[in-house]
Amino acid sequence: MAFIPEPISRFFHRTASPPHFYALANRLIPWLSVLLVLGLAYGLYGGLYLAPADYQQGDSYRIIYIHVPAAWMSLFVYVVMAIMGGIALIWRMKLAEVMLISSAPIGAGFTFIALVTGSLWGKPMWGAWWVWDARLTSELILLFLYLGIISLYGAIEDKRSASRAVSILALVGVVNIPIIHYSVEWWNTLHQGATVSKLDKPSIHISMLIPLLTMAVAFKLYYAVAVLQAAKLELIKREPSAQWVKNLLETSA
Amino acid sequence: MKPIRRQRLILIVLMLAGIGLAATFALKAFNENLMYFFSTTDVKDGKAPKDALFRLGGMVVKGSVERPDADLLVRFRLTDFSQEVTVEYSGILPDLFREGQGIVTKGRLNERGVFVAEEVLAKHDENYMPPEVADSLKQPQATQDQP
Repeated sequence: MAFIPEPISRFFHRTASPPHFYALANRLIPWLSVLLVLGLAYGLYGGLYLAPADYQQGDSYRIIYIHVPAAWMSLFVYVVMAIMGGIALIWRMKLAEVMLISSAPIGAGFTFIALVTGSLWGKPMWGAWWVWDARLTSELILLFLYLGIISLYGAIEDKRSASRAVSILALVGVVNIPIIHYSVEWWNTLHQGATVSKLDKPSIHISMLIPLLTMAVAFKLYYAVAVLQAAKLELIKREPSAQWVKNLLETSA
Repeated sequence: MKPIRRQRLILIVLMLAGIGLAATFALKAFNENLMYFFSTTDVKDGKAPKDALFRLGGMVVKGSVERPDADLLVRFRLTDFSQEVTVEYSGILPDLFREGQGIVTKGRLNERGVFVAEEVLAKHDENYMPPEVADSLKQPQATQDQP
């Protein structure tokens, strides 16, 4: 790695070693949790109480404070997993494998929440729980990709080869991400176009936008806390007899 | 970067490029099927299927909604701002159905060229604003309308 300065590359190698990562995660989790609670509290209060009702949908639109951040996160987590998959395949880095598989159930959860809240909103607003338009279908495929990754990992006994298989699946599935994002532009869909994540000015009033962005940050913080917790556990499960795990048990005992 | 790692990186980049290309071709091939609805221009051009169920989407023309009888039958015109199609529907309309709003209907064309809908779905647009802001946006137009 000639083009990466020595201190940075050393930082990455240190962080990637399980005991260092474990300690770092332990230090980060309390701070992230505090920020998460604050963000969630303000986001929910702002979204459900401070923000005005919509001119057409009334109060029903408030589901976007859950639906939209969850849908963004379903894409974000998948991209993180694909990057981790690439790192795991190229550098054979254990921590990347662990981060990939620890992210999968969280991403699946976000996707599921996005689909369910969208459906609950669709019935009164569109008049249908579900339609097979390009946006909804591609998001459903994303849920199946997550579930596929989780089951493939569980089906292979040796976790290093399981990680390799899962990394390839994660990379292959990444082609679905731009399809989900641009589906509302490329095809006629029942789902409306992008409101915030477009180059133009957002088509949402600022008083509604601020709680929405706060919720988006809170969801990211939740992901960070959840993935660090899951990765800590996965690291121990993978090498239960490693020296650093023994040291950990001794110090906590 | 070690040669073996560079090889793997190249392999992965090639794999992603291949999958991307394959997906592009597949989506191009299925482009028509991925369209959720036909536009009113498609119908006037005869692109929509005859004697078969299909979906028609468009904007409800302002002032075109009428209820000819005392029952649930509603008649309105849909437009994509170049062609208009008359739609008849008998049933309960969704909350967001109103004049000037985008909708998607499922049904078939009858011999008079009227689209007989079995289902009407409202298509929400991407705009969110408080009622006061919506009113203030309408204000200048309203004053122009009544000189």
